[in-house]
Amino acid sequence: MNETNKKGYKIMNRPAASPAVSCYFTAVTGGIRVTLSHFLRKKITMQYPEQKWQLPENYRGAPYLVKDQDGRVKCVSCQLCEFVCPPKAIRITPPGPDKNPETGNVEKRPKEFHINMLRCIYCGLCQEVCPEEAIFLMNDYALTAKNRSELIYNKDKLLELGGIKFDNIQKWKNK
Amino acid sequence: MSWTHNILLLLQQNWPGLLKLIVAVSVLLFFVAYIVLLERRLSAFIQDRLGPNRVGPFGLFQPLADAVKAFLKEDYTPGHTKKLYFTVAPIVAMVPAIMGLGIIPFGSVLGNEPMVIADLDVGILYSFGISSLGVYGILLAGYGSNSKYPLLGALRSGAQLISYEVVMVLAVIPVFLISGDLNLSKLVANQANSVSEWMFIKAPLSFLLFVILMFAETNRLPFDLPEAENELVGGYNTEYSSIRFALFFMAEYAHIILVSAIGATLFLGGWSLPWFGLNKTADSLYLGLAQIGVFILKTFLFAWVIVWTRWMLPRFRIDQLMSLAWKKIMPIALLNIFITATWIWLVP
Repeated sequence: MNETNKKGYKIMNRPAASPAVSCYFTAVTGGIRVTLSHFLRKKITMQYPEQKWQLPENYRGAPYLVKDQDGRVKCVSCQLCEFVCPPKAIRITPPGPDKNPETGNVEKRPKEFHINMLRCIYCGLCQEVCPEEAIFLMNDYALTAKNRSELIYNKDKLLELGGIKFDNIQKWKNK
Repeated sequence: MSWTHNILLLLQQNWPGLLKLIVAVSVLLFFVAYIVLLERRLSAFIQDRLGPNRVGPFGLFQPLADAVKAFLKEDYTPGHTKKLYFTVAPIVAMVPAIMGLGIIPFGSVLGNEPMVIADLDVGILYSFGISSLGVYGILLAGYGSNSKYPLLGALRSGAQLISYEVVMVLAVIPVFLISGDLNLSKLVANQANSVSEWMFIKAPLSFLLFVILMFAETNRLPFDLPEAENELVGGYNTEYSSIRFALFFMAEYAHIILVSAIGATLFLGGWSLPWFGLNKTADSLYLGLAQIGVFILKTFLFAWVIVWTRWMLPRFRIDQLMSLAWKKIMPIALLNIFITATWIWLVP
């Protein structure tokens, strides 16, 4: 039984080590058992470029521009994303006062749209702030280029990478 | 003129020996490189990883990439070091590990040439003498680095290797009492005829002690106090970088191979196998090569155990290490010598 000392603390009696323990026999056999079982076990390494993560639906990768199912550029050049962008990665060139007949009943469409992917922090504020649902954070997370200027994506590239996103309201169509 | 002439004459007479020397050292360095790869893959497998498998098929060219990297890195000497000792230390660490190879019979004969570089009659004494010189490299590195962790590592290394060298020699004495000769070639010939002649059967206690002590000899876990990555940040090699660090690294692995080779020669019958006619001096080239293969395989067996153990057991404390050597293994080894000697004396 454990005794207590004068202050009332419990004194733990350490049991004497058996010969097997004191000559490290149990340590060695236990070590062999553990290492051998791990050696034969299935490996958990994921070999990255060939195998990739199954990304979740709401993954926040690089932001791209999207078109709707009619192939219309959804961005109306309101520049809210440009203003909200914390690292100032987005730069929009608005069309100015000239009227673009292609835009139909939508007043504006950006003349140029740059996202500097070196600056982007994938925060998702542009997607959150966009009133037109024109910009989305998609699944790309490993952007590479041979120089810095290649990582400043322009409108064409962003639209191409963004692709088409189905829009079941299409609020501008019947206005 | 005359001395160059003498050297040329020497080369002319001894060219097979020289060739043997070059090939043996190259093979040793080749295995040093690949035992590092083995260690990396093995440790990865034990830790549920895959390890380096990208450079070449199954990562087989990884040692090449490592070597290129080691050469291309900046060879930096910190300002506070003692330059001479700092420079000399890696060389002093590496050379004994290679020199020890000289007396190991790694095959019987190839053609007419005996497959041992120097068939010394003092044999094992030379081997232990040389391998204990390796400690100077570590001590010099610790002193020359002129900073605290290397010095601590070097002090531990000195204490450890001096103690374990003594015990190691005592542990293997019974083998030579039984064999009756210090010459390693004759020792192998004595063990050649059957497995029951192998020394790990005839001197099991010596074998057990040798297996324990070879970890201490090579500074490997559970006796890797001179390095102790997590308490001494690498110990004696803390201040080293580039190819000089690589030299220490290679010295460690060369020591592993050397000790494994000694173990295979002393206890597992060296190049011989009791089957397929591999038990006597080879009479054809193929048999000679097969015996070299057998020797490499047996060496590899020991090396595998040494590498595996690193991932199996934790490190000893320095006082546990010392008490293990002096208070536990030493009396057992002495008793072993006494019993073996008495046995040989009483049973002729």
